[in-house]
Amino acid sequence: MEVPILKQGDYLIASIQSALSDADLLNLRDELADRVGRFRSRGVIVDVTPIDVMDSFATRTMRSIAHMLKLRGAETVIVGIQPEVAFAMVQLGLTLEDVATALDLEEGLAYLNDRMTGGSSSVR
Amino acid sequence: MASKKDPQTADTVVPVLQEATLGLLRELVAHLRQNRTQLREEWVRRITEAQLLIAMTKEEIFAEATSVFDNYVELLETGSIEALQAHARNLSERIIPRGVETQEVVGIVLLLRDVLARSLFKKYQSDFALLNSVLDAYEPAANRIANTVSVGFVQERERIIRQQQEAIRELSTPVLQVRERLLILPIIGVIDPQRSRQITEQLLRGIRANRAKVVVIDITGVPTIDSQVANHLVQTVEASRLMGATVIVTGLSSEIAQTLVTIGVDLGKMKTVGDLQGGIEESERILGYKVIDVSEAPVQKSPGVM
Amino acid sequence: MYDNQSVPIKSDRDIVIARQHGRTYASKIGFTGGDLTLIATAISELARNIVEYAKQGEIVLSSIQQGGQAGICIVARDEGPGIVDIVQAMEDGYSSRRSLGLGLPGTKRIVDEFEIVSNSGKGTTVTVKKWLR
Repeated sequence: MEVPILKQGDYLIASIQSALSDADLLNLRDELADRVGRFRSRGVIVDVTPIDVMDSFATRTMRSIAHMLKLRGAETVIVGIQPEVAFAMVQLGLTLEDVATALDLEEGLAYLNDRMTGGSSSVR
Repeated sequence: MASKKDPQTADTVVPVLQEATLGLLRELVAHLRQNRTQLREEWVRRITEAQLLIAMTKEEIFAEATSVFDNYVELLETGSIEALQAHARNLSERIIPRGVETQEVVGIVLLLRDVLARSLFKKYQSDFALLNSVLDAYEPAANRIANTVSVGFVQERERIIRQQQEAIRELSTPVLQVRERLLILPIIGVIDPQRSRQITEQLLRGIRANRAKVVVIDITGVPTIDSQVANHLVQTVEASRLMGATVIVTGLSSEIAQTLVTIGVDLGKMKTVGDLQGGIEESERILGYKVIDVSEAPVQKSPGVM
Repeated sequence: MYDNQSVPIKSDRDIVIARQHGRTYASKIGFTGGDLTLIATAISELARNIVEYAKQGEIVLSSIQQGGQAGICIVARDEGPGIVDIVQAMEDGYSSRRSLGLGLPGTKRIVDEFEIVSNSGKGTTVTVKKWLR
């Protein structure tokens, strides 16, 4: 299951379409790392709206995506974590502490725009 | 208990009856019908004497006793427990709101069993062997009836309790949208683990439904929480963050503050403000709202996000 | 009561399949919303444990009853190398390989009952239960 990655200006948007296997997640990570360099992207949004389970592996991969992309010069924001998924993650002990999150695509874009213009507001 | 079988699953009182037993049952049903008035009165007298059903008037007791008696005798005759089950449910529905207790219900059915047994003793006392056979036919049926009525009552009571708990729970945690993207959850009363789970579910769904960015949880009305609920509160804050919303907790009592410190809550993860007003002001700041006095405002315009 | 359902686990694809089966199975028993997600997440962790440490095994789902309460039982079984130190494996943050180390202890937190039996060289069986509230 390949994840479509859209380029929009300085940003990349990866919209996950359905449940992903571990291999799919690792592919996504490598694809993003590659494209951020190629397109000199400054921000990346990973939309996980359809994901119904975020287990330790998926969470760890999301975190490593954010860290890798940071090292390659882009900010990452994870959007669309569902209410039940969010609570299950927290109970498992997975809180994605150092990764930015937002409600949906729109909020994710607003977050990135805000960061790019120097963070005039304190919204995270 | 006369039978180990679940009264809910079996629908006959005595599954396999010998022809002789059937004959005896018919005979004793006829006897009970004949003496209906007297037996019923005796039963009501014993109920009053034992000070059962004190929440009901004498007339009410008599009316209920009559219909239970008739159902009872009918069941002995037909062996079908369904009518009695329905009757027991019905009766329970009527008397539970009156404050009738489980032991009273069990008490009155056992009394009826005794009253009828005594009348059988009296009738058959001259023939001991016959009396024995009559009791052999009567006892399992009577015990089964006592069982059915009691279980029916308890189940009805449990159903009502569940219903009430559900209603209270729904009433107890409103999720209010006070401004666009700002939710307030005023929590009042004791939070047990079940309620805290429910609060979390409502809050997380509310964040998504209202596209909330800031949530103020006001716990001024919560006197104390245990460490399990405190941990749950922290988890709720973290889960909200994963959904992109900031949670501000307001109105922590000193006792709750102590619990949070004792369980070692990472205070970096939880934003707290003294009172609800302060919490709302902080939210407005985060959301970019600015409240201005209209009389001082130079140009009339509605406040909006920066 | 529903028939037991076994899902073979041979690759990381099967992890996704197992948790989807688990979700469907649990909803038949009567689980809803957040609980379904917790059950699917627990299955995901258990199945991944099999793939990572034993290469293959199976997840068996069954419906259970106790004192009028219904629930789901999930058994994850493999014939892999086994876990040498279970106490250590159940500590938060412990990982003998590349896992975050939250797999088993995390799973224990989201279910009602958790039992692990492992014999070095003979494999591991993890049994978890979750009851309908």
